[in-house]
Amino acid sequence: MLANLGFILGTTLLYSAPLMFTSLGGVISENSGVVNIGLEGMMAIGAFTGATVGFYSGNPWLAFLAAGIASGILALLHAIASVTFAADQVVSGIAINFLGPGLALFLSRLFFDGATMTESIDFNAKMPRPLNGVFAQNSFLDLVFNQYATVYLAFLLVLIMWFLLYKTKLGLRIRAVGEHPKAADTLGINVYKIRYLCVILSGIFAGFGGAAMSLAVVSNFRPTLISGHGFIALAAMIFGKWKPQGAMLACLLFGASQGLVIFIGRTDLQVSSQILAMLPYVLTLVILTGFVGRANGPAADGIPYEKDEA
Amino acid sequence: MSNIDFDQKVVEMKNITKKFGDFTANDNINLTVHKGEVHALLGENGAGKTTLMNVLYGLYNPTAGEIFINGEKIEIQDPNVAIEKGIGMVHQHFMLVEPFTVAENIILGMETTKGMGQLDMKKAVKEVKRLSEKYGLHVDPDQKIEDITVGMQQRVEILKALYRGAEILILDEPTAVLTPQEIKDLVEIIRNLTKEGKSIIIITHKLKEIKMVADYCTIIRRGKHIDTVDVSKTDEDELASKMVGREVSFEVDKEDKEKGNVVLKIDDLVVEDNRGIEAVDGLSLEVHSGEILGIAGVDGNGQTELVEGITGLRKISNGKVLMNGKDITNKEPKNIIENKVSTIPEDRQKRGLVLEYSVEENMILENYHKKPFSKNGILNPKGINDYAKKLIKRFDIRPANEKIKAKALSGGNQQKVIIAREVSNNPDLLIASQPTRGLDVGAIEYVHKSLVEQRDKGKAVLLVSLELDEVMNVSDRIAVIYEGRIVGIIDQKDANENKLGLMMAGGGATDGQE
Repeated sequence: MLANLGFILGTTLLYSAPLMFTSLGGVISENSGVVNIGLEGMMAIGAFTGATVGFYSGNPWLAFLAAGIASGILALLHAIASVTFAADQVVSGIAINFLGPGLALFLSRLFFDGATMTESIDFNAKMPRPLNGVFAQNSFLDLVFNQYATVYLAFLLVLIMWFLLYKTKLGLRIRAVGEHPKAADTLGINVYKIRYLCVILSGIFAGFGGAAMSLAVVSNFRPTLISGHGFIALAAMIFGKWKPQGAMLACLLFGASQGLVIFIGRTDLQVSSQILAMLPYVLTLVILTGFVGRANGPAADGIPYEKDEA
Repeated sequence: MSNIDFDQKVVEMKNITKKFGDFTANDNINLTVHKGEVHALLGENGAGKTTLMNVLYGLYNPTAGEIFINGEKIEIQDPNVAIEKGIGMVHQHFMLVEPFTVAENIILGMETTKGMGQLDMKKAVKEVKRLSEKYGLHVDPDQKIEDITVGMQQRVEILKALYRGAEILILDEPTAVLTPQEIKDLVEIIRNLTKEGKSIIIITHKLKEIKMVADYCTIIRRGKHIDTVDVSKTDEDELASKMVGREVSFEVDKEDKEKGNVVLKIDDLVVEDNRGIEAVDGLSLEVHSGEILGIAGVDGNGQTELVEGITGLRKISNGKVLMNGKDITNKEPKNIIENKVSTIPEDRQKRGLVLEYSVEENMILENYHKKPFSKNGILNPKGINDYAKKLIKRFDIRPANEKIKAKALSGGNQQKVIIAREVSNNPDLLIASQPTRGLDVGAIEYVHKSLVEQRDKGKAVLLVSLELDEVMNVSDRIAVIYEGRIVGIIDQKDANENKLGLMMAGGGATDGQE
């Protein structure tokens, strides 16, 4: 029984981590006033880059960083469109969502002899498990806490982001830009710079999220690997009221549904796997329509900032 | 009384010109402000006052001209330079982040930190308290902006400037949003500030306040510097005529006129407000052709619901509205308009205009489906354009550009667009609901003239206003509304403030018709 619970909790953490990274990306971007529905596409590029660099270099950390950079570059496109050219942020995000997975598939075929799937990385080249061997194998503690490094990193990043947004000068400015960019502007804060920074960071985090899938949860990239995770992360951000800690809890909830799905799949219960696989998405729908109600995001979220005078 | 140090010129703006494309917003303007002085910038809406101050604050770069601060010539490229030179600005629309606390708003952009970029809110709160006490501003640093009154929000804005070491404070239309008591408090604060050697530039179009608080006044008209006067040596009439460029009469000229047939007849009308309470409660009224009937009353006595009921925007639960003898009770607004009722609505930005539409589009809102504006369901741009150009010329709407969005116009010009549209419908009844709210004297005069003009043409005019002066000046007959009923109707000749005031407070009609 305890082992089952441990298994569910462990799987929950494992699956929450990619969502948390990506959700934090959403948090920072939207707190600065830029809607980022392109998280899905950015996650896909991150997952591909992580798996590919991991396969060729054998170094998971290099792969993880590379994933962040690749998605950061994709996010830069979103920033250019939505900050500099004041384009509709949703449209730009949709474009990113087409571009990201398409590019990932194209590059996958290019690098892996036309295969739609990258080659599996060596077991040693996967993300390390820092606490491996600390607890007795398959004990409750082992099942829960013997996690890939990305899981710990995700929680660390939540803490860092909370501190950044609410305890630092930069955080105050980011939130001011997301709430009332003109007020920030009149106080000499560069709205464009802050928004660029936040959008690029959001891409980097989404890239980390993708890599946390392809370097830890599984060990390769395939086109179906990121299927809605970016959107679930986005929903988690909204459910979490645009706050890092809230997003974290929401991601854990979505991760738990995933954990449950996998657990039930391993038991004797005769439930169609297709129906089980739907669970996280159904949960997303239910939460967004039923529980979020009127969530108040940053006041200037989604509104391009244009100075009166060129 | 005066705290001016004439030896110290803190601001000198010389020959400032600012152009936006072909439009010259500021044309060769000079402005000098001394230490400890309260200097008013007077001008109509759109005269270029705010533009000039935006130049001083670095939000706009001037096309030509020089700025000296404390005798030193400087280029103010952006607000950072202005702030550094001790200039602070309180914008008309507050620049406050609503979910932030007072202290957070004040320190934003000049944060107190413990190093490593970590905020030091304790220090910030302490500093805000100190400043607040020094100038008698009474703000609580820990409250959120969304929870405090507008008057207090304004004081936060002032503190924001003082926190940045402002010696010169620009206040843009500071009283527009304040209650009379808050205005008194603000005057007191301004006195405190000048006592401490601060200089204040106050942008306004309210003459009373200039007399109340300013030492000197610079008048700007259509972007040009008209005069700078010593406020103690002038009066409101002189200021007004300089601002508008001609004699302004606060009185409304109109000749006696025999009233004609009944145009609008309201019989035992009942209209509920949003809460389901009978806001209009058995009201009867007749408006004749060739007269202006003014409805006086304290806000919230059913005026809004009455107008909405007549114009078809709100359901009438009992009673009848007859227009030229025809029943228009609970008809569609479109149908009511076709029965020759035109309305200047209470809230011009919400109900009067589609702010995101261009001026020409706003002009045909009620007639877009008719020739020459459209044919077979397709708009005819030329027909619309010609019509709009004609109205812009006839009603002197500025800037004379039918393509700009309605939101880009000043309040007075927005009202002109509405008047142009409504009057051009050639109505038999014109309803004007608080038509001069928020307008400057020139625009007010214009609106009043338009109403009288309609009356002289033999139209019936129903004027609803909270301004007693306005009702008394413009109307031929005055009906007083109290708790949803007309408590009395008196002729303008017999009206005075005391009599009306008593009736408005529910004191009953002694010589009414009912």
